[in-house]
Amino acid sequence: MTLTTRAEASQKPGTGRPARRRSLSWGRATPFLLVVPAVLLELIIHIIPMLVGVWMSFVELTQFFIANWSAAPFVGFGNYGIALDFSGSIGKSLVHSFLITCLYTVIVVAVAWAFGMAGALALQRRFRGQGTLRTLFLVPYSLPIYAGIITWSFMLQRDNGLVNHVLLDNLHVIDTPTFWLIGNNAFTSMAVVNIWRAWTFAFLMLMAGMQSVPDELYQAAAVDGAGTWKQVRYITLGVLKPVNVVLVLMLFLWTFNDFNTPFVLFGPTPPPSADIISIHIFSNSFVNWNFGLGAAMSVLLLLLLLVVTGIYLLVTSRRSRRA
Amino acid sequence: MHEQRSFKVFRWVTIIFLGAFTLVPLYVMVTSALKPLGDVQGAFHWWPTHPTLRPFVDIWSTVPLARYFVNSLIVCTVSTVLSVVIAIFAAYAVSRYRFRGRRLFTGTVLSTQMFPGILFLLPLFLIFVNIDKTLGFTLLYQTRVGLTITYMTFSLPFSIWMLASYLDGIPRDLDEAARVDGTSAMGALFRIVLPAARPGVIAVAVYSFMTSWGEILFASQMTNDSTKTLSIGLQSYSTQINVYWNQVMAASLVVSVPVVIGFLLLQKYLVAGLTSGAVK
Repeated sequence: MTLTTRAEASQKPGTGRPARRRSLSWGRATPFLLVVPAVLLELIIHIIPMLVGVWMSFVELTQFFIANWSAAPFVGFGNYGIALDFSGSIGKSLVHSFLITCLYTVIVVAVAWAFGMAGALALQRRFRGQGTLRTLFLVPYSLPIYAGIITWSFMLQRDNGLVNHVLLDNLHVIDTPTFWLIGNNAFTSMAVVNIWRAWTFAFLMLMAGMQSVPDELYQAAAVDGAGTWKQVRYITLGVLKPVNVVLVLMLFLWTFNDFNTPFVLFGPTPPPSADIISIHIFSNSFVNWNFGLGAAMSVLLLLLLLVVTGIYLLVTSRRSRRA
Repeated sequence: MHEQRSFKVFRWVTIIFLGAFTLVPLYVMVTSALKPLGDVQGAFHWWPTHPTLRPFVDIWSTVPLARYFVNSLIVCTVSTVLSVVIAIFAAYAVSRYRFRGRRLFTGTVLSTQMFPGILFLLPLFLIFVNIDKTLGFTLLYQTRVGLTITYMTFSLPFSIWMLASYLDGIPRDLDEAARVDGTSAMGALFRIVLPAARPGVIAVAVYSFMTSWGEILFASQMTNDSTKTLSIGLQSYSTQINVYWNQVMAASLVVSVPVVIGFLLLQKYLVAGLTSGAVK
């Protein structure tokens, strides 16, 4: 009903014009009014805290000053000096944590991407059970993060876990039960647990990206004599390039900033081999209550991420422009 | 279509390997939740020989799980609803208007997505503590209000980005026709654009809810015993003497089922939304 009356009204000459003029004068303020709530929220939770974080990195903010921050003494670059003094114990452990984080990120991103790609390729063509498998592969991603990690931590227990049971009693690869959550094994465990979830996100993105390829393209390639692998290499991978740019960046940022996996597996102070950067800063700040030092480390981490992401986007956009 | 034999082999090897990798932890979670405590303390067994539903009863009394559940439900629902509404407004502005500061806005919002949570946690902790001190009562620090406000921003950048690209796909003629007919900007948004964008809105809501339901970092410092959410509460099943692994698994299962079902039902919207941005 309302639709027809409105349609009639607009057909009358003259009635449309004032309405349009009114909408134009409104139009100037409308977009700003629309973004105000989002801007306010971003300011309160992201921008202002970030600026406060930069300020914190220049003061001595220990437990005495946390509830009385205006009294914290200014120390200039003192916190940065401590964090970057690689001969001191704090600087040494920061470098160690940084290197471990890099290794962890490279392994997790590479394996998660490879698994995701393999899974998406395997489920690309329709066949019986394809839908069920697809749903199954998405479960780790949809599970609350901690539920998945807690299950893995049970599986990795030395005496009652599944992993030792399989290796010791079913496959006979080891003779004595192994500790998976301490020592150097902690790193491997953490990587496997993260891959278990991360690969399904890669799978989700790549699978959706593949849907945009029309079947005719593959048929034409097949007519030209290209085998399945050649089709994958030249058609699928080509189409997925823009998806990959976003996907790899997202996987990189999530893995590099990962806090959940080590925190749920090991608690607030993980073994040295699993002491990746986010939880390193966390435990340095909350276990020792030295927020100034923690803030300085966070700012350094932010600068690093900005540089890496900037270079990455520059390189990928230049390459795609050339293509 | 004809396929090379090597590709067929690759497909089945992949499916078996990834299927087992995915399935085994899920299997462990379900079967261990059905075992009595004695069975999960000794060596692992594939089959629950003394199946029982006891753990599903005990989980509610060993720790105040219901309280954690309610806390999570309140915080996640409120933050999801508010952040989706805010994202709709912002995405509509970004998609339909060319205004001053538009690029600055989208750039800033998106770049906050890449920053590590730890960067915001320390200052927010400090800000919340000091605001409460100035006010003289606890409003933000370790309260549901503080956690809700924080969670609202977590999915906001992604929601705005995803919704804006979704709205870009809805013909402008639709709402412009309505505007010419004298409908206000709000009217066009709510009566014309939103109904057409419903899948995008659903996807964003699912994503927001899942993000806050699984959040750990802020929940670990910004809650106390009475405001604790599930992500931290689930760790209370381990005491100094004992870890109630069967109850841990049962509780994990109980808190997962609602989100997993919701996700699987609505996944096609999320897939469409996720890639519409990335593919473009």
